[in-house]
Amino acid sequence: MSTDAALAVPVMRNDKHDTLIDLLFRSVVSSAGIFVLLALVGAAVSMLWGGRLAFETFGWQFLTTQEWDVPASKFGALVPIYGTLVTAGIAMLIAVPVSFGIAVFLTEVAPSWMRGPVSAAIELLAGIPSIIYGMWGLFVLAPYLSEHAYPWIDEHLGGLPFLGPLFTGPPLGIGMLAAGLVLAIMVIPFISSVMREVFLTVPNRLKESAYALGSTTWEVVWDIVLPYTRSAVIGGVFLGLGRALGETMAVTFVIGNAYNISASLLDPGTSIASTIANEFGEAVDPLHKSTLLALGFLLFVLTFIVLSIAKLMLIKLQRKEGR
Amino acid sequence: MLSSIKSRIALLGLAAAMAFNVHAQNVTGAGSSFVYPVMTKWSADFRNSTQVKVNYQSIGSGGGIAQIKAATVDFGASDAPLKPADLAKFGLGQFPTVIGGVVPVVNVPGIGAGKLRFTGPVLANIFLGKIKTWNDPAIAALNPGVTLPATKITVVHRSDGSGTTFNFVNYLSKVSPEWKSGVGEGTAVKWPVGIGGKGNEGVAAYVKQIKGGIGYVELSYALQNKMSYAGMQNAAGKWVLPNAESFAAAAASADWANAKDFYLVMTNAPGDASWPITASVFIIMYKQPKNAASSKSAKEFFRWVFKNGDAQARKLDYVPLPPALVAQIEAYWAAEFKF
Repeated sequence: MSTDAALAVPVMRNDKHDTLIDLLFRSVVSSAGIFVLLALVGAAVSMLWGGRLAFETFGWQFLTTQEWDVPASKFGALVPIYGTLVTAGIAMLIAVPVSFGIAVFLTEVAPSWMRGPVSAAIELLAGIPSIIYGMWGLFVLAPYLSEHAYPWIDEHLGGLPFLGPLFTGPPLGIGMLAAGLVLAIMVIPFISSVMREVFLTVPNRLKESAYALGSTTWEVVWDIVLPYTRSAVIGGVFLGLGRALGETMAVTFVIGNAYNISASLLDPGTSIASTIANEFGEAVDPLHKSTLLALGFLLFVLTFIVLSIAKLMLIKLQRKEGR
Repeated sequence: MLSSIKSRIALLGLAAAMAFNVHAQNVTGAGSSFVYPVMTKWSADFRNSTQVKVNYQSIGSGGGIAQIKAATVDFGASDAPLKPADLAKFGLGQFPTVIGGVVPVVNVPGIGAGKLRFTGPVLANIFLGKIKTWNDPAIAALNPGVTLPATKITVVHRSDGSGTTFNFVNYLSKVSPEWKSGVGEGTAVKWPVGIGGKGNEGVAAYVKQIKGGIGYVELSYALQNKMSYAGMQNAAGKWVLPNAESFAAAAASADWANAKDFYLVMTNAPGDASWPITASVFIIMYKQPKNAASSKSAKEFFRWVFKNGDAQARKLDYVPLPPALVAQIEAYWAAEFKF
């Protein structure tokens, strides 16, 4: 009895104390959550507000015209939107399989002494500033592409049925393909480190059971590891895609900055982010400045649409599995 | 002990007070990236001799104009002059400060610096995309004795808005009616053909890498990157190469005396020895600034530059203003700048 009473008092006191601490903790984390929402809404609204002059002037045609004439103040967003999507698409085509390979290698295949150094190398790659990638693309990758890769692509792939027009063009070494390649190298560290982390969360007993049943490494990865981590893997891929869509400096250096839509991936183009980076400093005319802010808003919307599609895909997948 | 500390503090205070009196106000400026290398040299030397610090931010000509209009800096620097009407609207004044030039650079295998030459209309037709290969008869006619390959011409221009572009397309507009009506002029234009490099260094890198490339950069970039620049025919019909002499000749032959507020774009200057795409950087200041003390310091800085800055400018491949023009600027200051 006496022990109960002795216990009761401190518990009550602790209760009050705990409630206060808990309240404080809750308010701190909620304000962090609200902060990110406010930042997001604030950024979107200020870009929309800054771009209102452009939206008012050009209306829906802003999205469908190719014209980009600074002296005449005529702007259309189609070319930058196209370039953004194409370069990000090329980047994902290359980066996703390579990242998958890196992650599988590190978690399933590599000898344990190699895993640490290679993982560290990937994380270091993620920390390199994008302008360094741009410089490398311009001074190292572009000359190589122009000397060796582009002529080969033009010669061997240019004649393919249907796909041929994608691969015919002058050997400039810069353009959509070069930008996609640089972007791929930039996003590989992001995607592969997420994949590696989530692959490590797969319980060993699942994998060991599969191996015990005679599965090959490939079967374990494809049938056990990937289904177990699917949603996190897709999350990692879209983290990389988000970065590829918004990357600025590296793309500016290698995309060629030409306002034309060409079927060929070897031709120069432009992206939303590189257009803003190129022109913001000298955008004196209010309509020009407003157009660049409107482009920023469009990039925001584009990223939002892409991420929503990813979320929908994920929900559909989960429903199919009956989870 | 205590008294010695006290006296030290007093001494320090006195020194600080003296320093405050002796030191004029520090100066801030912003704008043209073209003038940035020499501006930093000048401000370092000026600081050594006068203790006044000049902070110059290389943010581009358009940014410089915006900053001086907003009065957040003491002077703006622009590669393109403001029209006298615009200046009057804001109560601003402007004057040239140093001269440089834009040169066409080419990457044609087997052709070295200064070996190729163009007339204004041919250069315009190349940038219009009407002349497509290096062995085009129009280019061959200007270059007898030069073996031109059948390589395709790839035009390289600036992707960012730039004073270099302004001066280059201003020249093309003066020599080609088709350029004037079809493309026009500005710090950025709608290029009929070609690819865009960011900054002088971006254009230089693209031209160096692309066989058959042609672009335009400031002379110092062409020299530093050992690029093949081309000669030009000037307004007087003479062939000239880009160098300090031909830039100076253009500056001397330009009609500054009749240019209100020094509103003069020097391209296509008359005179037998003039380089046709010569440009000047303009300094823009308020005639009646809010902070008269720092504007006065800024004016003293440019007075010092005109007197002592020539050697530094020449070292970096700029051309100092001719003495007659400096005298005209001094007179303009006396008449217009009320500080």
